[in-house]
Amino acid sequence: MHFKQRAGQKLADVRLQKNLKKLAEKFVIARTAAVVELDDFEATREAAVERRNRVLANLDQWLQTFERNATAGGATVLYAETAEEGARLIVEIATTHGVRKVIKSKSMVSEEIGLNHAFEAAGIRPVETDLGEYILQINDNEAPSHIIAPVIHKDKEEISDLFARAHATSRKTEITQLTREARDVLRSHFLSADMGVTGANFLIAETGSAAVVTNEGNEGMCTIMPRVHVVLTGVEKVLPTLEDLATLMRLLPRSATGQQISNYLSLLTGPRRAGDGEGPGHMYYVLLDAGRTKLLGSEFQEMLRCIRCGACMNHCPVYQKVGGHAYGWVYPGPMGAVLTPNYVGLEKALDLPQAATFCNQCSVVCPVKIPLPDLMRKLREHQWERGLQPWPEKLAIAAWAFAAKRPMLYAFITKWAIRLLTRMGGHDRRLRSLPLGAGWTSSRDFPAPSGRTFRELYRARITAHGRTRV
Amino acid sequence: MKVGLFVTCLVDAMRPEIGFASLKLLEAAGCEVIVPEAQTCCGQPAYNSGDTANARELAAKALREFESFDYMVVPSGSCAAQLKIHFPRLLQDDAQLVARARRLAARTYELTDFLTNVAARRGPSTTFSRRVTYHDSCSGLRELGIKTQPRALLAHAGVELTEMKDCEQCCGFGGAFAVKYGDISGAIVDEKCRHIQASGADTVVLGDLGCILNIEGRLQRLGDDTTRVLHVAQVLVGEA
Repeated sequence: MHFKQRAGQKLADVRLQKNLKKLAEKFVIARTAAVVELDDFEATREAAVERRNRVLANLDQWLQTFERNATAGGATVLYAETAEEGARLIVEIATTHGVRKVIKSKSMVSEEIGLNHAFEAAGIRPVETDLGEYILQINDNEAPSHIIAPVIHKDKEEISDLFARAHATSRKTEITQLTREARDVLRSHFLSADMGVTGANFLIAETGSAAVVTNEGNEGMCTIMPRVHVVLTGVEKVLPTLEDLATLMRLLPRSATGQQISNYLSLLTGPRRAGDGEGPGHMYYVLLDAGRTKLLGSEFQEMLRCIRCGACMNHCPVYQKVGGHAYGWVYPGPMGAVLTPNYVGLEKALDLPQAATFCNQCSVVCPVKIPLPDLMRKLREHQWERGLQPWPEKLAIAAWAFAAKRPMLYAFITKWAIRLLTRMGGHDRRLRSLPLGAGWTSSRDFPAPSGRTFRELYRARITAHGRTRV
Repeated sequence: MKVGLFVTCLVDAMRPEIGFASLKLLEAAGCEVIVPEAQTCCGQPAYNSGDTANARELAAKALREFESFDYMVVPSGSCAAQLKIHFPRLLQDDAQLVARARRLAARTYELTDFLTNVAARRGPSTTFSRRVTYHDSCSGLRELGIKTQPRALLAHAGVELTEMKDCEQCCGFGGAFAVKYGDISGAIVDEKCRHIQASGADTVVLGDLGCILNIEGRLQRLGDDTTRVLHVAQVLVGEA
């Protein structure tokens, strides 16, 4: 199925449309309030851009520094060039340690590499412990529709039904009852798992630590309880210092959910040391490339600054109408419209850079000032250069540009086209269907032109007033 | 003060009265206004389709036609942003053209921005007496910072504004987007129209004809024959 078909289904889904309104009602309003509280928000954004750019300018060196310090702290740092390699490495780690059950905290990179599927294929049971991800997992491994609110497309009633069915319990209607039920189910998994997998919002080079942001505290259970902890994240997530982490943390929760600070921020540095009361016996990092380093030095490098806050999709008029599943891959919204063609292939995601109004709201709210519409336009340019647009569009642009560069021809064509359209508009002065513009008239009329072009009327006015023509 | 008026291709074809209203406002502000006859389009359809070759040629064409004036004024935030922000980017590979594009960009203004910050000679009060709400079109607002200018001009002209909910939210036009993704665009503009209707105003005023046609078309489809959709220049000259 293509983007357009998926989007059409989503637009017709009354329940989804109601659920998607939560984005504007919750996140947009909360972010606006949280941002004005910070009197140096703009300066903080500038500082964050500078720090992220600094890392990306010498990513190899920052990764080496991170690796050296993480290794000194007792962790093992592994690199995966592809998604398949990432999944294979993690399954190998699990096999080496005789792991039967894995508990996971939220990680979009694990979605990117199909980690749960790889675990299951190896006979290992993965259990999602982020509430949203858990809901999706028990709903037949449904994909998340948002990078920080994976289950935003569902309402409480759907989750009540799902819990009653999946847990074989009586149907609960209160949110506190539902979360209590999930906690009870997850508790036994926390206690019996052999390995924990988490993402990392940032990797701190100077200390060799992973910084993990959550609101539910499940990450703590995933990193402290099991024998083995694997951190899975992208190679681009390095920050030089803890001070830089403080800078970025002023932006991330505010931009994501409108929180001043997330409920939990964990800094994880190596496995349990002698004398530590708790912690895993083994800690691994699996750092994924899968297309990221290809963006270094390219016109899309700025995309690697992304800190995965989701503000771009929360504020996107298109995302707000079609939701995350319409985008077809792991990352939805404006950031996905840039990442998916780059990571999966330009020809496999032709609609994504096109399905944008270029309203610029995404780049205005982006905490690290990624010029998302400009990057989408670059992708359109690549599509054009490779001739990937449908032929009617190519023909239309070519014909229009041919005329627009020839003022006499242009004046002649518009003069007669406008007369025709005006006549077609009738005394209602509107067209209910438009030749070659069915997309427009599927949901609105086309207001008829006023009758004559400005050019004609202006010339007549100048002639009448005896002014010199210019 | 010699001003070159870029009426824009949409105004030329669809609503010449917006061009004449702009002309009148500029003349009332004491400008000598010239409308170069060879002008066609700023090239956005090509630029936003990824066709940079045609976009560059049309940018160079606009440079030739407008660089001799003291100012270039455009009754559209979207086209003004194309000229001010995107022309220099588009022409960056040609040192000579990019220098000319930057010089023109510095002298190019969206109409309400020009009337407020450059001409600064306020027009007379208008006889316009309908209840008005204002929609902030995206390019003007977020690329050029057009927010207070039209409101100041309307207030000075004696027009009272009632703000709608989410007046800065995109109307869903997006150029070719409205045709290529008509259903998504339709859902976005539907929400915009609901906010307009709920505002209590009977007229929505804005500064971009693409958005005007989008909103007007949706209101027509909804069977709303009372809410009028007007360009800010039309309201300011009191001819609407």
